[in-house]
Amino acid sequence: MNLPDDTTAGSSGVTPASADSDHCKTGLPLLRTWRAVYVFVLAAFALWVGLLIALSRMFS
Amino acid sequence: MNALDYVVLLGTMLGIALYGMWRTRGRHNLDSYLRGSGDSRWFVVGLSVMATQASAVTFLSTPGQGFASGLGFIQIYFGMPIALIIIAAVFLPIYRRLNVVTAYEYLGQRFDTKARLLGAAIFLLQRGLGAGITIYAPAIVLSTVFGWPLDATIVCSGLVVIAYTVSGGSDAVNVTQKYQIGVIFAGMLAACIVLLHKLPAGLGLHDALTLAGGMHKLQAVNFSTDPRERYTLWSGVLGATFLMLAYFGTDQSQVQRYISGASLRESRLGLMFNAVFKIPMQFFILSLGVLLFLFYQFEKPPVYFNQVEWKHQAEHGDAGRLQAIETDFAAAHDRERQHLETWLNARRTGDSTAEATARAAVSAAHEQVETVRAQAEMAVDPTGKKKDTDYVFITFILDYLPHGIIGLLVATFFAAALSAKAAELNALGSATTVDIYRHVIKRQASDAHYLAASKWFTVFWGLVSISFALSATLAENLIQAVNIIGSIFYPVMLGLFVVGFFLRRIGGTAVFWGALATQVLVIFLYFRLNISYLWYNLIGCAACVLFSSILQAWLGPGNNSTSALAKP
Repeated sequence: MNLPDDTTAGSSGVTPASADSDHCKTGLPLLRTWRAVYVFVLAAFALWVGLLIALSRMFS
Repeated sequence: MNALDYVVLLGTMLGIALYGMWRTRGRHNLDSYLRGSGDSRWFVVGLSVMATQASAVTFLSTPGQGFASGLGFIQIYFGMPIALIIIAAVFLPIYRRLNVVTAYEYLGQRFDTKARLLGAAIFLLQRGLGAGITIYAPAIVLSTVFGWPLDATIVCSGLVVIAYTVSGGSDAVNVTQKYQIGVIFAGMLAACIVLLHKLPAGLGLHDALTLAGGMHKLQAVNFSTDPRERYTLWSGVLGATFLMLAYFGTDQSQVQRYISGASLRESRLGLMFNAVFKIPMQFFILSLGVLLFLFYQFEKPPVYFNQVEWKHQAEHGDAGRLQAIETDFAAAHDRERQHLETWLNARRTGDSTAEATARAAVSAAHEQVETVRAQAEMAVDPTGKKKDTDYVFITFILDYLPHGIIGLLVATFFAAALSAKAAELNALGSATTVDIYRHVIKRQASDAHYLAASKWFTVFWGLVSISFALSATLAENLIQAVNIIGSIFYPVMLGLFVVGFFLRRIGGTAVFWGALATQVLVIFLYFRLNISYLWYNLIGCAACVLFSSILQAWLGPGNNSTSALAKP
């Protein structure tokens, strides 16, 4: 396959992703960092899976 | 449907369409058409992401999936919270910094043109086929409500979707989706309340759960390690994580939704909203299907839920055979209902021996019912490919819900179908314009020219999806068919992005040929192996990374067309 070179390749002034993205405020009252938000999401997920397992076991 | 239903239906649909047009008036530049105005708050982003995924297919087909197979399908969503966290933390900041219109622009900046074109081409192929399937959903509603032939309804609803998308674009999708999803949930809740109200008097929650559990409808989590089983905890957590990562992280129809957030915070919170609420939402919808199953144990359902098809067969096929099947079904269903009542009475009196006997009798009678239903399916389609589970919920709505609510729910399905199809076609038009037309075919043209081109490409993809829907025979339940097609093409696309994000030394040539080899491998494995389709997402992504790494090692470090800047 012979395609023209991408003129934009290498020209994008992108800085490392973590520079401001991980430090920007969540604006949430209790979950002030993004890490806390992610932990909360995982905890909610674990809770749901646990409840579904209990439902499966109780009525199988 | 009566006059009241038609008034509610037309009022709701017109209201949504006019509101969308009013809110987006005056926005006529290419960027806002493709990406939205970029001022969406997190709640709008969240609902928009949810509504794009939870199309009419979800609301029509998922209760049918719950009706037929119980809660097990929920395991496909187990990968979603993990995938959305990875996207929020890694993918999203990169997309926002590069200020991309399509996700495939990233591939162009990180690798080269051919990698970008490959990503766009895989997306267009996959999403084009998927659009052909999702267009079935509104057609099923129209076909059932009005008794029209399915082909005519596919064409009609397809043309309406094309007109809606071209006239409004991405912003119209965004501003109306939050109201559409509100209508959808109101309708589903109304259906749930009516369904609970119509269950037999005296059938308590515990009885209902025991009954559903006894018929294997409450097996929400399956710990089996057999790879042939479609939905297990492991295929959900491992395979589906990669499916969701690919769908939300690299599919333009979703990327377009969340990059329209006013800031990184709004986009991230929109994604996290979905990560938290998607599983309970799907649980609710699947539970509705289980409730439908319970309801139809006591009320006789049609032997074949696609009544338009059944009547067509009765008029043009072996009417005597169909009549015999209906008679057998009525007798089998009546026997099952009697055994159910015996079982419930035994439970109430506390007679455990009679309860065990009646429960065994219920199971045997249920098998007979299913045998007759299988005969009905074979009578309609001797290959056994046509399924009627997508018609279960709409049949219930039309037969049992009060007038007014019927109109509201039919409008709901239309609204969901319209918004999801609009998002899909908008994304197909965007990717074709930005990644192929503007990048390869016509590099220097005015904004107005590209806007017009994007609308024409949207029309083109709309017509392609209508043509595909007309020529395809739908063998699977809709919601599963969409995910199966995704699982064949998404792994390669995800592989391209994973290499781009995490493997700095691999360049465009290696990843391009590695991805092509992976696509061939996944298609080959799909036809040769008998494993859950969810595993192909993991296998394909891993294969793409492996093949690209091997090729890069073979090509050597000098052959590395990589931008050091477009990396995380």
